[in-house]
Amino acid sequence: MFYFTLKRLFWAVPTLLLIITIAFFLMRIAPGGPFSKERPVAPEILANINKVYHLDESLPEQYVRYLGNILQGDLGPSYKYKDFTVNELIGLGFPVSAQIGGIAILLALLIGVSLGILAALRQNTPTDYTVMTVAMFGITIPTFVTAPFMTLVFGVLLKWLPIGWDDDNWTSLIMPIIALSLPQIAIIARLMRGSMIEVLRSNYVRTARAKGLSERLAILRHSLKPAMVPVLSYIGPAVAGIITGSIIIEQTFNIPGIGRHFVQGALNRDYPMVMGVTILYGALIVFFNLVVDIIYGFLDPKVRYD
Amino acid sequence: MTNKPILSVENLKVVFKTPEGPVKAVNNISFTVNDGEVVGVVGESGSGKSQVFMSVMGLLATNGTATGVIRYRDIDLLGLSRDKLDKIRGRHMSMIFQDPMTSLNPYLTVERQMTEVLEIHRNMSRTEARQQAVQLLEKVQIPSAAQRISMYPHEFSGGMRQRVMIAMALLCQPQLLIADEPTTALDVTIQAQILELMRTLKRTKSNAMVLITHDLGVIAGLCDRVLVMYAGRIVEQGTVQDIFYNPQHPYTMGLLKSMPRLDVKTDRLQTIAGQPPNLQHLPIGCSFADRCQYRQDICISSKPEFRQIAPQRYKTCHLNF
Repeated sequence: MFYFTLKRLFWAVPTLLLIITIAFFLMRIAPGGPFSKERPVAPEILANINKVYHLDESLPEQYVRYLGNILQGDLGPSYKYKDFTVNELIGLGFPVSAQIGGIAILLALLIGVSLGILAALRQNTPTDYTVMTVAMFGITIPTFVTAPFMTLVFGVLLKWLPIGWDDDNWTSLIMPIIALSLPQIAIIARLMRGSMIEVLRSNYVRTARAKGLSERLAILRHSLKPAMVPVLSYIGPAVAGIITGSIIIEQTFNIPGIGRHFVQGALNRDYPMVMGVTILYGALIVFFNLVVDIIYGFLDPKVRYD
Repeated sequence: MTNKPILSVENLKVVFKTPEGPVKAVNNISFTVNDGEVVGVVGESGSGKSQVFMSVMGLLATNGTATGVIRYRDIDLLGLSRDKLDKIRGRHMSMIFQDPMTSLNPYLTVERQMTEVLEIHRNMSRTEARQQAVQLLEKVQIPSAAQRISMYPHEFSGGMRQRVMIAMALLCQPQLLIADEPTTALDVTIQAQILELMRTLKRTKSNAMVLITHDLGVIAGLCDRVLVMYAGRIVEQGTVQDIFYNPQHPYTMGLLKSMPRLDVKTDRLQTIAGQPPNLQHLPIGCSFADRCQYRQDICISSKPEFRQIAPQRYKTCHLNF
């Protein structure tokens, strides 16, 4: 297990390097630059700025310089927020994003799995149909529709919840978290229902019933663990989904997380900012996939890492 | 011991609801299993032989319904609540399934799967239960059972898993053991070992056993009495000697003829021509009439009764041979 983890961490390096390289060159290919304004800056000033940020060097030179800085843990200065480095901005934004994202994914797992089990146990009853219909809506309606819609209904019309971000008021977290977790709840519920139905029909659950086990034991002891496996493998993609969702959610609810920096950075051609967030997202997804694989080892006795 | 049969089935019908209409898998069958007896049930795939005993164990698929009477001793099993049924199955009667590769839970150790039976039915502690489970594994000849019991099913071979299934079924010393094609999924050599094991069980235990199979060879070696099933009905019932040496139903005769023989040289194996009837649209007359070489007009126009032709001897056929 220890060597497996080490090996996987080692392989994360080329993965991240690839992400960095692609992101780096894609950003530079995009038209416009960080300091192109509607009112053009005097060429001499622009040249000076470019010099300060080493933008006057050739692309390969910039790339190598950037890699060198990353190795030292330096993500560079932000071109937009001139008083901050990218490290500082991520340091400020990440805890906020992580809090919302973390709660959203836990909520998605908890509610998604419960709803899926409920639907499976009441297969082809109104309960099942209701859960599955709601889940279908959750999957098909995108976050950029649900978030403004919720704001309109619960914030503007009903006035139950605050509309934007408020640092001192935890209720301002409720809507972003729900909007973020809704699609994941839906996907997980459908996954869980499907695998639970399959397991409940399996030969080994039949054996459990034949042994005289109560339905409660047949479900809790014999069905839950096997039925959880597909949900577990979905956690990796779910984290990715939460991350992409958070980019929209943080815009909509005006949350000072890194998702907003990412969007703003991309619009302003704030190269180091976009790169920094991209690297962080990449690392997060690689990390969660590793965590999932490690949990696999505990869940499925057939999986052993040496 | 009482004269009451261990298991009696009267007018059992099993119907499965499907999108294409009801499928009549078992059509009005009656039989008994007595103490100390080994009853063989033969028939081809789809003859309803497994479904009869799935009904006995309360394990029919959710779209299936069983009607009629199934009694374990005096208890009507079909009318029983889940709670009460759970007190009987696994304890007084237990079942061994066809496919040992999928019938054990891959996520639990063999120990957990065995001890839970004793914990529920015998109120044993985990350590007591473990001891007894190890003893049974030794009895079914699992080498170094004390170590292997803490392993997972995938660490056992197919034959070993079926031994584990058998040991599991015997944990509470059930009065009735139902084995549903216990050797079908196994290699021939492993089949022989498992059959040998069943034979030992038969000698050492006084309880009753039901052996469901499509292999007449298995029946000949193990059973006292045989039920031959076709299209959801029992077409013939008798002792092993009767069935093998004096078959009274054309289907049984066909089955016996289609057994490969070592002493007769043939290029092709004998078969029974034709297909079993569609269980959604059973014919008005005898279900076997289409494939029967002795067919008369009456066979097509009216359904034969399940009738007694000698003591302990029944058949479902208009004709006499």
